[in-house]
Amino acid sequence: MFNLLAQTASGEFLEGLRAIGAGLAYGLAAIGPGIGIGLVVGNAISAMARQPESAGMVRTTMFLGIAFTEALALIGFVVFILLQP
Amino acid sequence: MNLLAVDFPPVNQLFDWPSIWFEGSLFAVNKTVLIYLSSVVVTMVLFVLAGRQNETLVPRGVAHVAESGVNFIEESVVMQTMGPDGKKFMPFLTSMFFFILFANITEVIPFIQFPANSRMATPITLALLVWVIYNVVGVRSQGFFGYLKNSLFPPGVPKFLYLIVTPIELVSTFVVRPFSLAVRLWANMVAGHLLLVTFAVLSATMWAAGGLGFGGALFLSFPMLILMTGFEILVSVLQAFIFTILTAVYIAGSMHAEH
Repeated sequence: MFNLLAQTASGEFLEGLRAIGAGLAYGLAAIGPGIGIGLVVGNAISAMARQPESAGMVRTTMFLGIAFTEALALIGFVVFILLQP
Repeated sequence: MNLLAVDFPPVNQLFDWPSIWFEGSLFAVNKTVLIYLSSVVVTMVLFVLAGRQNETLVPRGVAHVAESGVNFIEESVVMQTMGPDGKKFMPFLTSMFFFILFANITEVIPFIQFPANSRMATPITLALLVWVIYNVVGVRSQGFFGYLKNSLFPPGVPKFLYLIVTPIELVSTFVVRPFSLAVRLWANMVAGHLLLVTFAVLSATMWAAGGLGFGGALFLSFPMLILMTGFEILVSVLQAFIFTILTAVYIAGSMHAEH
């Protein structure tokens, strides 16, 4: 392992680390918002099922909640693009 | 057969368009600028044509599109967030909705196939415009210190917690809001464009490879491309709607003090 590291040029090594970091950045950033969007939509659906007459208001609020949660995943996506070698 | 050697273009090449006219000057025009100009023109022509039509009970054609758009913004954006006070923001919100929608929907229009909002310039400009508007509305309706007090010291919080809450509110209201508003629109469009390019390149490469790849393109990646195109139509409309409704929520939050 260390022999291999010694043989690689430091520039290449950094580029490899950067590629790994970019991949991990998006993957890890998608976990939390995935759970969060699931919670938001699930609760919105159960609210709509209990009170169908308030479905319009619930839907608007659901989109708002999705937008706020999704922003975190998108920031991970932006970091992914910025880290691209 | 070389299925794995898909030649994916570098990301910069997908979003950087060469200038068509006035190359090198400040007013260089490329595909993105042309899409923006045409979406401005389409929005204006839509509403001017609709306004010139005689008023009838059942609107037809352009007037129908314009009236249902205005109705949609009024019922599901303004009335849900600002209430009747927000009627004066209707023209701004409606034109912004249609402008963003037309600049997004070019993502799936054949032979254009580029979402203009996947370049950061216009989303950040719109977001800064929204930032200026909600701050001005807040100062005008609550006074400068009242607005600061209401946005930095939300009521109903125990006194000692203000040590934590006030810095968070300061950063999230005045710094992060325009940034996240712009990034939300921009990153969604970039992600959609990358997704469509991925499946298009994959389909073309597999189709050209022949044999097993031909079947894969026919039954896997090409149906996925069609599915994703439909999904991106949804995303374009939804992002225009979300940008508009978040603008309305921010304006409503600075118009009425929280209780």
